[in-house]
Amino acid sequence: MTLASTAATGALSGQSQLVIENVFKQFGEGPGAVTAVDHVSFDVKPGEFVSVIGPSGCGKSTLFNIIGGLLDEYSGNVMIERERIAGPHKAVGMVFQEESTFPWRNVVENVAFPLELQGVNKSERLDRAHHFIDLVGLKGFEKLMPSALSGGMRQRVSIARTLVSGPQILLMDEPFAALDEQTRLLLGDKITQIQQDLNQTTLLITHNLTEAVQLSDRIVVMTYRPGKVKRIVNIDLPRPRTSDVVSSDAFGHYVAEIWADLREEASRGMADSESARRASSRG
Amino acid sequence: MAKASLSQHRALPIALGVATFVGAFVLLEALLRYGVVNKYVVPLPSQVLLSLERIVVEENILGRIRETAYEMAVSCLAVIILGVPLGAMLYRWRPLRRAVLDWVAAMAAAPLVLAFPLFLVMFGRSATTVIVMSVITGLAPIIIKTTEGLLGVRPVLINVGRSLKMTDAQMFRMILLPAALPTIFSGIRLSWTFVLISVVGIEFLINLGGLGQLINDLAERYDLPGTYAAIGFVILVSVVFFMLLERVEKWLRPAK
Ligand SMILES: Nc1ncnc2c1ncn2[C@@H]1O[C@H](COP(=O)(O)OP(=O)(O)OP(=O)(O)O)[C@@H](O)[C@H]1O
Ligand SMILES: [Mg+2]
Repeated sequence: MTLASTAATGALSGQSQLVIENVFKQFGEGPGAVTAVDHVSFDVKPGEFVSVIGPSGCGKSTLFNIIGGLLDEYSGNVMIERERIAGPHKAVGMVFQEESTFPWRNVVENVAFPLELQGVNKSERLDRAHHFIDLVGLKGFEKLMPSALSGGMRQRVSIARTLVSGPQILLMDEPFAALDEQTRLLLGDKITQIQQDLNQTTLLITHNLTEAVQLSDRIVVMTYRPGKVKRIVNIDLPRPRTSDVVSSDAFGHYVAEIWADLREEASRGMADSESARRASSRG
Repeated sequence: MAKASLSQHRALPIALGVATFVGAFVLLEALLRYGVVNKYVVPLPSQVLLSLERIVVEENILGRIRETAYEMAVSCLAVIILGVPLGAMLYRWRPLRRAVLDWVAAMAAAPLVLAFPLFLVMFGRSATTVIVMSVITGLAPIIIKTTEGLLGVRPVLINVGRSLKMTDAQMFRMILLPAALPTIFSGIRLSWTFVLISVVGIEFLINLGGLGQLINDLAERYDLPGTYAAIGFVILVSVVFFMLLERVEKWLRPAK
């Protein structure tokens, strides 16, 4: 399977490729139960780039795990190409929030890992791995072990490892969190470029507002606990889009608009933890 | 430049090791000669050194080393071949783990040597008795550490494997095992320590075969320098085993 054909066969023009319908997830039972995801619904069309943004602890990673098929005790539906998922779906590639490189493999071996599973022969495996290592800006680090890399570099290794198999649907949970602003912008450009080239359906989880506006066609804004959909914002900025867009007026408007929503949620989150702290110091 | 590179030099640790050894040798010799330590309890290091030749020539040391090393090698391999899969089983089946893990830990503390007459009845005065007893003595740490290592694999690594739709076998071979390997190796080191002690100890106890028996004989003849020289050979063999283990570990886990 070549990169181009995987994406092309996945393109169901018009209808949604990924549908999240009334997804609800609670951790624990009784009075101590935490509702992490509260009846969340939205959809992602083929080739669309959607971001989910919300304050820390609002249930984004929980939603990410449910969509990736890694958590199966939830109510509601997650559908890929109109079928309810049962476990991880083969069309989906995931980039995790936590550090997830294999410490016993060097950079190329990490990136080529999914190809090894697919039985791709060694020379092609290395070619494709090198291409993506270059793309995430790690050329020259191929032979190093993850322990010799910085946190941000390791995260880029994980991104390359997911991109290498050219998934039709790309799920990313705060993949750029450990990166500085400049690297984030540049890597964002690269990701947008691949995404556009391969017409990849992308769902990005983030708490970074400029990142979300820079990259997305639509942004799903979530509330702080319980995590509900507060609003879905269409981003009508022209494509092809590069990080230069951040200096435009329209960009500023979107940021300001979404920030108003987010600030409300984030301050609820802060107040919540503040009162929890006071309660615990009093008790 | 020269100074900076001296502390980096690869031979430095070896040189320090030798120096420590020589220092301890000289110190002990002095303590004994000045009567601080009783000569009838501890022989002079120089006498031990002199007795080496006699032991090598008269006591068939090479044959004994071969015999002891053989028992050690079989036991050390058996402990890995049995212990790692058992540890993996305990990881896999939670009820079994909860039922058995404490027992296994208790087994490590049990003075199994005391049961040697039982094993003599079952396997006779043979290398088999030595090997079986040593394997049982050394098994617990490797089982416990394997289980612990597998339980300690970061969930996100397992999730990476699940998201790639890896089979259980692939997951075990390509993620769980390599991730747990450092912990498993610390289990192997612990187990091997028990095994090596046990092999020589049981040879000593049942007066059979290699170096353990030699130590027994020499001690009974009250040949103190000879006894200590023989103990020196036991240490030598053990060092070789641990050097080999380190090699294997380096080979399996390239530069951290
Ligand atoms: N396995 C779990 N058991 C119990 N509670 C959990 C579990 N996982 C998450 N939670 C709770 O669910 C809520 C949402 O967690 P989640 O990790 O989804 O947040 P998040 O939006 O990804 O936060 P962040 O932006 O900080 O990564 C939190 O209150 C958390 O304490
Ligand atoms: Mg998260």
